[in-house]
Order: sequence, then structure tokens, then C-alpha cells
Amino acid sequence: MSYIQNVYPIQSRDAIARDVFDYVVACPDIASQSHAGQFVHIRVAGHTLRRPISICEVNREKGTLRLVFEVRGSGTEAMSMLSVGDLMDVMGPLGNGFTLLSPDSRAIVVGGGIGTPPMLETAKHYAENCTAILGFRDAAHVILDEDFDACGCDVRLATDDGSKGHHGFVTDLLRQRLEEGGADIIYACGPKGMLQAVAAIAEEFGVRCEVSLEERMACGIGACLGCATPIRTADGGMTYKHVCKDGPVFDAKEVIF
Amino acid sequence: MANLKVNIAGVEFKNPIITASGCFGFGREYEKMYPLEKLGGMSLKGTTYAERLGNPPPRIAETASGMLNSVGLQNPGVKHFIKEELPYLLDKGTVIIANAAGSALEDYRMLAEELDQSAVDMIELNISCPNVKSGGMTFGASCESASEIVREIRKATSKPLMVKLSPNVTDIVSIAQSVEAEGADAVSLINTLVGMRIDIESRRPILHQNTGGLSGPAVFPVALAMVWKVANAVKIPVVGLGGVEKWQDAIEMMLAGATGVQVGTAMFYDPYAPLKIIEGMNEWLDRNGIADVGEIIGQVRPW
Repeated sequence: MSYIQNVYPIQSRDAIARDVFDYVVACPDIASQSHAGQFVHIRVAGHTLRRPISICEVNREKGTLRLVFEVRGSGTEAMSMLSVGDLMDVMGPLGNGFTLLSPDSRAIVVGGGIGTPPMLETAKHYAENCTAILGFRDAAHVILDEDFDACGCDVRLATDDGSKGHHGFVTDLLRQRLEEGGADIIYACGPKGMLQAVAAIAEEFGVRCEVSLEERMACGIGACLGCATPIRTADGGMTYKHVCKDGPVFDAKEVIF
Repeated sequence: MANLKVNIAGVEFKNPIITASGCFGFGREYEKMYPLEKLGGMSLKGTTYAERLGNPPPRIAETASGMLNSVGLQNPGVKHFIKEELPYLLDKGTVIIANAAGSALEDYRMLAEELDQSAVDMIELNISCPNVKSGGMTFGASCESASEIVREIRKATSKPLMVKLSPNVTDIVSIAQSVEAEGADAVSLINTLVGMRIDIESRRPILHQNTGGLSGPAVFPVALAMVWKVANAVKIPVVGLGGVEKWQDAIEMMLAGATGVQVGTAMFYDPYAPLKIIEGMNEWLDRNGIADVGEIIGQVRPW
């Protein structure tokens, strides 16, 4: 495996919710190596650090990656100013993706807010065998629900204020889903508190669970050791692993939240 | 094609560009992007006698034209380094520099003894890490403590010894002179400058250690001035680092008196930065009809 870094043309750009942007970038060499759950590292003019952005969809035939991100600060804001035809400086694919079981396995993906995009490529793998549980602040912030619908998933929405779907948390819907029937694997990405709660429910129901973590990052490839996250060792101790190289996907059982 | 070879402390480098410690791991990651043999040398991740876990996250914060880090010398320890990392690096066709760090004199001594028996080409003694609670930068903060540690390490190893200096001192020149007097074969400067960022909503410093080390283009002029002052005050070779991102920066460093130039933070935004610097430097030398890069060392014409 090699890391690729180059500039690539932006094929499309959409604003899909408040402060959330949806880009398709033509980067065939990176796309041909990319898997669900991996990320790319985007250089932003005027900023020292690249921005790690999860891969939302991979289209190997067209040689494109779909990247959906939220404006959180000046870096992502500058990224959101890029237009169709502009060049995006992309490095990738980076990190380890989700472990995909055979497509007839029963999967549950849980996405919280901007943790939703990396779940889409995973959901596509399982199609109608996947339940997609997606949570957002309110109806105005709901993203990608139609994309999950289109790939055949059973989509269940939750919003904090009840303006769309279930009034409450994704964890309520996860518990409900697991009470309806079993699952072979759960994947989750979102705020740490949500991941911790999802991991606890997965453990309670005895279902394997993988979570995708986020941390402030510099090199993106495991050289600088900046993006450390505490991980439980086999003997019950603690060590630091790195989100960029060892993750971003970890077995929920080993994560110390 | 100009001659890019330089000699630092008796070690020949095929070109003056060295990847800076802490930014390049043990070389394995960037090797997935280009062959390491293109580099003049690699200063490897700061290594201590015993394994260190490093500091709790967050360890990284962005700043204007730079960044802060507080990694805290996370490393697998020198024995692991010599057994698991070094053999892999020895046939890469580039100079291997071990960066040696510690928290007590005794640690440094044991570490130096291990490295002395290893196949590394050079030791860069790190007495300038701002991110560890004890040792690190405190050794590099005064002439007395810097002299003491270099004296001890000099006894423990006959390897070429380069001492990496901290800019967080009153007078870096006198510290450079002190380590030269104790037998250092070269000095490298600067390590990072102590800095801080605060999240105004949570009122928490962004770094878990509250403060960290500032690097990146923001520190380049500070580094350049220190390199110039030190190069004018010592006879041993000076390796310049701090915010070098493009070939022009490397030439400035050499004009100021550096024999070698390390590149660090720039690789985070442009992983190919060291190679572009080597290429750009070579073209500039050719354009100016300079046959040997050594001819520009210290050739700034001060007012």
C-alpha cells in the first residue's frame, strides 16, 4: 500500500444542510485504493495542518470520492469556498477502514451528526441487510437520509428536538432495533459520548462493535504521533494508539472513552 | 548539477537536507511516498532509554503559520529501536541520526552507551524538548547543565555527537559555546518555542499539557537569527532548523552559516517538501554558477 498526494479537480459541490458541504472529487488513483471508513487529508490554503475528512462514498468506476464535511473553523470554512473545477490537494487513502462482513450479515450503522457520512459506504455494502440509525440536532441538520434510503437500508432517524423522526437519541433507536432482533455487527461514528453509549449497548447485547474516532491530527500517516487516543491493552493496562494510522476505526472494546 | 555533498562532524551527507526529529517517525511512513535514499539524512523520533507513553491528547494545536505539539517523547525505548527499527533503516542509503532524549543524567548516559554500540551514524542529543516534565529542555537551559550532560555523554560514546539546542533560553550562543567546549561535534538549532492556545468557549488550553512547542514557518526568522549568531560564535558545524518549508529557506539557513538543514513541520502539509527543497536548491546553485553547495555556507553579507 502507498500513500498518494496530489491535486484533483472538484466535480461537484453542494450545500446539503446548514454549514454542511458535499463534494465529489475526481481522484482515480486514490479512489481505486479507498475503503469504507478510511479518510483523506486535505490541504487548506493559509493553514499549517491538513484537515482529516472521512470518505463518504467511493466510486471506483468513475474514479471519484465523495466527501461530506461540516464547517467547524477557519480551515473547513476555507475548504467550503472551493468551487467546481477548482483543485483540491488530497492525500490518501489514510487509516484503516471498517471490517466488512459478508453482505448478507445483519449490520447496524449508527451516525451522529457529521459522524454520518463515513457510514454510507459501509451501509451500501449491506444494503437491505443494514439498519441505519442516524441522529441530528434538528430537522434542518438532517443529512444523507435519502442516500441511505436509496441503498435499501432500513433508515431510522432521531433528532434532539423531535423536529424529525424520533424525539431523542440514536441510542434509544439502537436499543429498540436490537430488541426487535439480533445483529452481527454495529458500526458507529459521532460524538464521543454517543460512541461510549453505543459501545455499552453493543456489549450488553453481545454484538461486535466498531467505532470511528476523531482527534487533532498533524501528519495523518503515523509519523508525528500527534493524534493519540487511549486504548486498553490485553493485560488491562493503557497505551496510546494513533487515530490516523491505527484507526480511525477501533474495536469498541479496546477504546477507553 | 552542483555538488550537494556536505560533511557534518565527519559524516558525509549526499545533500544538506535532513528530516527533523519528531516529524518523520522512524522513516517507515514517508517511505510509502518516496525512497528515503533521496534524503541527506534522517533524524529519527526522539528516543529515550525506557519506553515512554507520551502525553495525553490533545497533543496538537494549529497556530498562525505554525502549530503547537506536546507529544511528550512517545517512543518504544532504545532497545526496541535498535532491535526493531534500526536494522530496517541501515540499507536505505541515507545518514541515520538517532535523536537521544531523557529525563535524568543517568538515563541519558545509559541511552548513549546503547547507541554507541549500535550502527547509527550520528547521535543528536536532545536537551531541548519542551514537552516533558523533568529533564528535556531543563538540561539545555543553562550553560552549566548543558556542559555537564555533554561531558557525560561524550565519555559514553565516540559516535559523532550533535547537540540540539533550545531557543527558550537567554543566550543560545553561550550554550552553544559551552557544548562545543565539552566536545560536541556539531549543534542543531532550534527546537520548538514554548507556546499556548486557549479554546475561548471551554476556557481550556487546547493542549492537554497546557503549553507545547511552536514550530512551522512562524518560527523561521527566529531560527535563522539564532543560527547566524551561533554559526559566528562556534567552530563546529551548525545544522539549522525551524520553519524551513521551501528551498529559499534552506539557502537562507546555509548563507547564515548552517552546513545542514532540517525540515520538519512542512512535511505535514507537503510530504514532498524535503525533495522539493533539494531540487530547488540544486537548480538555484546551477543558475548562479555555484559548483559546490559548501561555497554558500556562512556567505551572508551582513550590513
